[in-house]
Amino acid sequence: MMQMVCKRWGAYVALLVFVALGTGCATGPNANPKDPLEPMNRSISTFNDTLDDNVLKPVATGYRDYTPQFLQTGVSNFFRNLSDVLSTVNNGLQLKGHDTAESFMRVTVNTVFGIYGIFDVATPIGLERHPEDFGQTLGYWGVPDGPYLVLPLFGPSTVRDSSVLPLEFALDPVSNHDVTAERNVAVATRIVDKRSSLLKTTNLLSGAAIDKYSFTRDGYLQFRRNQVFDGNPPDDEQLEDPSAVTDAPSAK
Amino acid sequence: MKRFLSRRAFSALALSAVCALGMGTAQATDEAADAFIKRVSSDILDAIKADKSIRNGDVNKIVVLVDQRVMPNVNFLRMTASAVGPGWRQATPEQQKRLQEEFKVLLVRTYSGALGQVGDQNIVVKPLRAAADDKEVLVRTEVRGKGDPIQLDYRVEKAADGSWKVYNMNVMGIWLVENYKTQFAQEINAKGVDGLIASLAERNKSNARASK
Repeated sequence: MMQMVCKRWGAYVALLVFVALGTGCATGPNANPKDPLEPMNRSISTFNDTLDDNVLKPVATGYRDYTPQFLQTGVSNFFRNLSDVLSTVNNGLQLKGHDTAESFMRVTVNTVFGIYGIFDVATPIGLERHPEDFGQTLGYWGVPDGPYLVLPLFGPSTVRDSSVLPLEFALDPVSNHDVTAERNVAVATRIVDKRSSLLKTTNLLSGAAIDKYSFTRDGYLQFRRNQVFDGNPPDDEQLEDPSAVTDAPSAK
Repeated sequence: MKRFLSRRAFSALALSAVCALGMGTAQATDEAADAFIKRVSSDILDAIKADKSIRNGDVNKIVVLVDQRVMPNVNFLRMTASAVGPGWRQATPEQQKRLQEEFKVLLVRTYSGALGQVGDQNIVVKPLRAAADDKEVLVRTEVRGKGDPIQLDYRVEKAADGSWKVYNMNVMGIWLVENYKTQFAQEINAKGVDGLIASLAERNKSNARASK
């Protein structure tokens, strides 16, 4: 199974690179240095948005509105517990002793006392989440995020974050589950759970942006950078304040 | 009795108003940046908690809230100008005024939808790393409530009158001004300053239609 997944992903990544090379030349002089693949990314975004508007978003909205709240919380907790396993590994890889120990404690407590993670008993007793993934681990060790990349179905990413996807799939307990029917249900449920948790954000985004594509891109890149630096990125050069110049003569 | 009560209530009100005024000026001169953020954000949060129609997204009430409690603490001129970037200097004063108006409506409309989620959250201001005489300071806070804590940081500057003004903020690492900058530059490059104003106005119109 794992081999199959890897093979499929290998082919997929190869295809992506091929497409990227093909359209990469289409970038003009106005190209954003963070986004050399903009033409390709834009068309994939349009594809994703169409799919989302017609399938995923309606399903997720229905799930949010018509499923009992306790069930939604249980489902969400279950998958968060699984992702805490990944966080434990990645905190370890980043040599964050305290966060590794706390993530490990969370998984243990929630799996045992929270019945496979359905109840989050760790948070009330003060064990905090420290979400980390392989993309962040690479970033922590200095790997730059590379060009922005919009993946079909998966959405915003970067070359760095996409490069660890095969690894993440290989280690993912859900997509490697042996019973096919259960696996399919779990994979679908996880996607719907994730999408419904993002409903408010995406609704906000579509009203906030003039150009939704570049707004999403800039937001995603800032968000990931912030995650890599655990909410504390080194100060960039400050944006200049053009109003200060025009104001100066009148103030005097 | 009733009259006595109301008179006492009135004098208490008057007294507290005077106190507030007095305090206002005192705070403005030697309040630390983190205390400023704590005071203003608690004030706004309390106002939202106290009014159900605000949480339900009543745009008119939200505009009043923004004008009374948010805008006096924000350097919105600087915020708009730095989001617009170099194009700001090409803009006439009239265009600059229109840009500020439309940008404000856009932000108010956008964030009014998020106010429904305000419940039992409280704001934790993190320790400040700044010298006492710094004119521009980064204040880091965290909104704590149900679920994961949300990072909310502010950049504040000391205005000429000694009061603090917010000129940029970030939610979960995403700086507001930076996130509008590319889009605004895109519009100006393609259609000029008037083109940007038109796009903003159009976005606001369609947002207003959608919320009805």
